[in-house]
Amino acid sequence: MIDQAPALILLIPFLASIIVALVGFRFRAVCYPLVLLGMAGSVWASIVTLLSVLEGGVIRYHLGGWEPPFGIELRIDGLNALVVVVVSSVSLLAAIYSKRTVLAENGDKVSQFYSLFLLLATGLLGMVLTGDAFNLYVLIEIAALTSYALIAMGPKRATLAAYKYVIMGTIGASFYLLGVGYLYIKTGSLNMVDIQEQLVARDLAGSPAIMVSFILITVGVWIKMAFFPLHAWLPNAYCFSPTTSSCILAPLVTKVMVYVMVRMMLTVYGAEYTFAHLEWSRIIVWMAVLAILAGSISALGQTNLRKMLSFLIIAEVGYMVGGVWLAEEMGMVGSIYHIISDAFMTLCVFLFAGIIISKTGKTDLNALDGMFKKMPLTMVGFLAGAFSLIGIPPTAGFFSKWYLIQGGINSGRWEYVVALLISSLINAVLFFRIIEIAYFGVKPAEGHDHHHSDGHDKISEAPLSQLIPLLGTGVLLLVIGLYNKDIVAVISDFLSSSNLGSGIR
Amino acid sequence: MKILGLIAVILTGGLLLSAVHDFPDWGDTTSPANSYRLSQYYITETIHVTAVPNMVTAVLADFRGYDTMFETVVIFTAGIAIIGVLRRYGPGPKLAAPKETISKEKPDLIITTTCRLLIPIIQIFALYVIAHGHHSPGGGFQGGVIFGASFILLAVAKDLQTAQKWVPEKRVLKLAVIGILIYAGFGLVAMLFGSNFLDYSVLHPLMPATDSIMARSHSMLGVEIGVAFTVTAIMFSIYSNLASGGDLKEGL
Amino acid sequence: MLESLSPSFNYWIYVIIMMIGLYAMISKNNFVKKLIGMSIFQTAIILFYVSISVKEGSTIPILYHDQIHPEHGEHHEDGQGDHHQALDTLAKEHHDSHADHGDAAAGSHYPDLVIKPDDFSNPLPHVLMLTAIVVGVSTLGVGLAITQKLYGEFGSIEESEILDTIKSSND
Repeated sequence: MIDQAPALILLIPFLASIIVALVGFRFRAVCYPLVLLGMAGSVWASIVTLLSVLEGGVIRYHLGGWEPPFGIELRIDGLNALVVVVVSSVSLLAAIYSKRTVLAENGDKVSQFYSLFLLLATGLLGMVLTGDAFNLYVLIEIAALTSYALIAMGPKRATLAAYKYVIMGTIGASFYLLGVGYLYIKTGSLNMVDIQEQLVARDLAGSPAIMVSFILITVGVWIKMAFFPLHAWLPNAYCFSPTTSSCILAPLVTKVMVYVMVRMMLTVYGAEYTFAHLEWSRIIVWMAVLAILAGSISALGQTNLRKMLSFLIIAEVGYMVGGVWLAEEMGMVGSIYHIISDAFMTLCVFLFAGIIISKTGKTDLNALDGMFKKMPLTMVGFLAGAFSLIGIPPTAGFFSKWYLIQGGINSGRWEYVVALLISSLINAVLFFRIIEIAYFGVKPAEGHDHHHSDGHDKISEAPLSQLIPLLGTGVLLLVIGLYNKDIVAVISDFLSSSNLGSGIR
Repeated sequence: MKILGLIAVILTGGLLLSAVHDFPDWGDTTSPANSYRLSQYYITETIHVTAVPNMVTAVLADFRGYDTMFETVVIFTAGIAIIGVLRRYGPGPKLAAPKETISKEKPDLIITTTCRLLIPIIQIFALYVIAHGHHSPGGGFQGGVIFGASFILLAVAKDLQTAQKWVPEKRVLKLAVIGILIYAGFGLVAMLFGSNFLDYSVLHPLMPATDSIMARSHSMLGVEIGVAFTVTAIMFSIYSNLASGGDLKEGL
Repeated sequence: MLESLSPSFNYWIYVIIMMIGLYAMISKNNFVKKLIGMSIFQTAIILFYVSISVKEGSTIPILYHDQIHPEHGEHHEDGQGDHHQALDTLAKEHHDSHADHGDAAAGSHYPDLVIKPDDFSNPLPHVLMLTAIVVGVSTLGVGLAITQKLYGEFGSIEESEILDTIKSSND
């Protein structure tokens, strides 16, 4: 059983989704327990896998019993073992939260919603696990198709956002597919490790086709992760979608795409090739700086809670892309650590937004009026996420920023360091504004009739199915922060095995 | 927007063309893709290790069977997604008001007679394409699409209700799920036999008079049948949902 | 000029088709036209991949019946020698490359069958494109469903009209 754990990570939610599609049609009550069971099984299998990777090094699981490159393999090293645990546990927490909201938002389509939800988790887990470049494309498309549908199941504006996402997402995935084609035509292989070996064996470092494939794959992945000039699809998609959808989409999709970028850069092309052109990385770090500033400043102007958080995601993507392209080990460590911490931070604040929307029915910031009195536990959970996004120790967000800033200083990219600090400042302003509204109430000038209605409102603490994931995420943020040394040790192990040092001058 | 689009398109096209001179010539047998051990192995060894003469089927259903399973899942996802986005249950305002009303006249005699003759032939041909995928172009996807097309033809020639009698929505979901379960089932049973997911070679104890190589060949047929189930069901489901605007009552 | 193009003619054509599709996806105002552009784009990629697999003078990657059973009907009972003679026409020089994978072929049902790689086009891109076609169809289906829902909600499939509707409802 333990040998099969890598495959079970995605097979359990996959089978659960199929059973939900079949049975949930008639017995709606079965859906929720099945979803929880599927995701819990996935978490168990991913933790087992992580432990065995930590013990015995890289796991290579040959599907169909074929040796790579002839067959497809799941290749699990320190990096994706960590990310897979994050993906499965975030999905589990989002699944716990979904109990009431799905019924409220998509009451007539519960089984379809949950089936798509589990398929999305399957696609994301598969993307993280696979060691085959083309298989990655198929799984990108599964994750994409499910996200289009999960967004389009929302009200009016969501459909338009979903359509834009279809167009942008397809362009991104097609660019990726073309990039794989250019790699295939020059190397003849599809297995990631084998492509790397072929690139070295055939001495293709100077080949224009490989260069073009690198650009295509990078741009394709950037579109998918909403890197700044290519971000147009994201804010509306995450803002208008059903709250349950945004709770799994917002934390995971962009982060998994960042993982794909790191995987492509380090495993397929190799650090040496990627960072051979240092002018590139200089330009890309500047783009990341722009992304951070644009995301943060746009967030300042929003009055819709979820839209504000969506713009913060764009800034966070800027952090990670910039950190990776600093071409420096500490920056890379910081980015990978930030994938982990940002997934939980985003989950935390989006869960909070979901709770507020389902409780008050309002989407703007004024809905938070006096929430500290009405739902103190929810606010405590939110504070963990907000402090983490601002970067207050000892939360996970503080440590990821710490490593990123160290990377920026080590490589002498002061513009990146400054952008990080400005963004933290803006986050502080944003979240203290929320805390102010929630603690002291809306200022009389803005909403005088709300101010005195505290006693009459029937809003009370969120139900347990929503509180547990929120508080659980808050605790996890602290745990990730406190155990940052151990996580960073795993990441450094991975980086030293992928020869990052030799590629960076 | 138009100018922006033009610039993006020209940039992309220029980027793609800039690498064309670096490609091996068209039809070059010594190009990396054609001479690397991967494609060589598929061509020379497929018949020996799987006993299937159609290399495309063998690569599709066995060497890259994991990909193909998810390909089936993509179809399944699309079906569920379209139901999720479009389907409306019960009465309720019709979302898309049709501009031209559909004529309620009885279908033409020539059309109905032709369909009655054609549909069985199409379905038998579909079964042939599914079953003969090992030896000739074909397989689960192609056969499934042809089978699904026969129901679509019925819906087009008569009306959606007639076709719905044969494949109502619940049956569509059942068929699609059964198809994927057949595919995943082959993989899971292989896991029970102590091997990796989708390793068909260990399944030979289940099949009479086969060794591990023929087990691969037979399992591929089974897998293709599973694919055909899903594709048939979902193709019809996509058509009927799109044609009726999600209420499955009356369509084109 | 033309001669320098001809070895890579397919690749030029695919880029041009792809540009048409991409332009439609970005610039068209009509949502269905955008989806048509998407379809063209994906078809161009299929053309590109299939072009990779072509080999001069090769055929489709399916073994003929005669090749597998050289003497019709008696392939199981027959001695090995006859097989070998009948197969002599099939590239013997490739015996060496065959021997490399000798262990993989242990227990083969056709132990004497030797296949020359240059006779068949590369099967792998065909397999990949089968997958890409399926993905393309699925994306198109979901795209059309979303377009239909949009039409139901806004009464239009023109991007500018829908944006106007949203703007006027916000004011």
